[in-house]
Amino acid sequence: MILAAAAASSAFSGWAFYLAQQSINALQLGSIYALIALGYSMVYGVLTMINFAHGDLFMLGAFACLLIAAFLPLPFVVILLLVILLIGLLGALIERVAYRPLRGGPRVSAIITALGCGLVIENLTLVNFPYAQRMPALFTSTSYQVAGLTISTLQLLIIGISVALMLGLDFFIYKTRYGIAMRAIAFDARTVPLMGVPADRIISLTFLIGAGLGGAAGMLYGLAYPVIAPSMGVLVGWKAFIAAVIGGIGSVRGAVLGGFILGGVEIMVVAFLPSTYRDLISYSLLLVILIFKPYGLLGRAPNQKV
Amino acid sequence: MSALLEIQHVTKRFGGLCAISDCSVAVETGHTHGIIGPNGAGKTTLFNLITGIYKPTEGAIRFRGESIAGLRPGRIALKGIGRTFQNIRLCKELTVLDNVRIAFDSQLHYAPIEALIRLPRSGRGEQRSIDESLRLLEPFGLLAHAHDRAGDLPYGHQRKLEIARALALKPSALLLDEPAAGLNTGETAALTEFLRWVRGEFDVTLVLIEHHMHLVMNLCDRITVLDFGQTIADGTPEEIRANPRVIEAYLGGADDE
Repeated sequence: MILAAAAASSAFSGWAFYLAQQSINALQLGSIYALIALGYSMVYGVLTMINFAHGDLFMLGAFACLLIAAFLPLPFVVILLLVILLIGLLGALIERVAYRPLRGGPRVSAIITALGCGLVIENLTLVNFPYAQRMPALFTSTSYQVAGLTISTLQLLIIGISVALMLGLDFFIYKTRYGIAMRAIAFDARTVPLMGVPADRIISLTFLIGAGLGGAAGMLYGLAYPVIAPSMGVLVGWKAFIAAVIGGIGSVRGAVLGGFILGGVEIMVVAFLPSTYRDLISYSLLLVILIFKPYGLLGRAPNQKV
Repeated sequence: MSALLEIQHVTKRFGGLCAISDCSVAVETGHTHGIIGPNGAGKTTLFNLITGIYKPTEGAIRFRGESIAGLRPGRIALKGIGRTFQNIRLCKELTVLDNVRIAFDSQLHYAPIEALIRLPRSGRGEQRSIDESLRLLEPFGLLAHAHDRAGDLPYGHQRKLEIARALALKPSALLLDEPAAGLNTGETAALTEFLRWVRGEFDVTLVLIEHHMHLVMNLCDRITVLDFGQTIADGTPEEIRANPRVIEAYLGGADDE
């Protein structure tokens, strides 16, 4: 009798530990999805356009890190800032060169252009890196045992950096002139320029920040799963896009929420079910959420004109 | 007196439709200028031409002697032309305060990175824009609502907020598109007094489209009457009141409404 109870309690605590351990992994993956989803959501917010090249900018973040680390022995934080800056500038450049000329045109042209930009980036990378690359470890990650759980420096860094970037963005969007202008343009892009807001500059800035966060996510993803390939942006990009839609595309906080939900679901599915169920269940989740919340969890229905 | 805003022989065609035809208006500095006319006369089109939403097909638009026709709306706004809209165009999801802060944006000078790392200049700039916005909201009776969503305000307050937002840009000309639309007689009388106060307080030239004759006749120094995109009369309120073409346009316009 006592033995059975002890066995049950140990089985329970074993299960709880397993769950807690998987939650750390879920936070890690979720924060990466959230960082990428932010880029989709911000761009959609100001332009109601899906930037399908965003997944490839994420991939370039990993390769930019690889290249910088190969040639310049810089500290981790400096590399991260360089990657954010480089990928951010590239994102803004793509908007300026490829999307802006089409802004007044049919929406499908913008979508096709975005897909095209993504394919160009992916294949340019493929030409230079025909084989999958091994991401260098930028520091020696040690594992800590906390209350029986294992957590590594790398995991702490990924979660910590992502959360810091997201808090910074939240402050930026809700408290500064640029954020107010972004939200105003998202609401009414035709009227706001009449208030003297330089709409084009705000749109460039949106791409810069969105792509920069995507690049940071790519670098962190590459460190967490250290084999990187030019095609990695496609699937991860799609998933982050799903995360943005689940959260309510156009909503910054929604993108973060969607990222963590998707990361959590994926990790938990693999933890408790055969791993082949992972995508089946995450995509089904998307469908179910959209049936009940067509604008996503934090998205708002557009204003109905009466 | 010098003309602040000159519309010279402007024509605007949309395909085959001629919305504005060879229209000329001169708005004097410090005046309040009324634009009246039956529905569909082209009054709002004229505002859209002045503020750069449309480009004139022909003709010139000058502000302080400088040609502004064809400039982008943002540039024209920064040159000192603010406006409100016939159907209120506030950012309804944003707070009342943020709606006004948008218009202060052009007066703030700090870079995105400064905003993020909170350099003193950005903090001071933000605080200044908040302070000035709040100060602006006070006489409009909106201070108590500063942190409400703009879309939740009652209609009359939304109209006032739109005027406050346009004034935050510190314009020298303020274009009001039917400010009294949807207001009752008492509210219109109050608006008339309010606009009189605005004109003095902000030292701004008003151009207003309005159907409430009482407001127009009381407030305006000069009135231009449009019908079918053409100027049919231009003069002081007394001259307009006595003009047979105006009477005809209004009476003639009555049976198709």
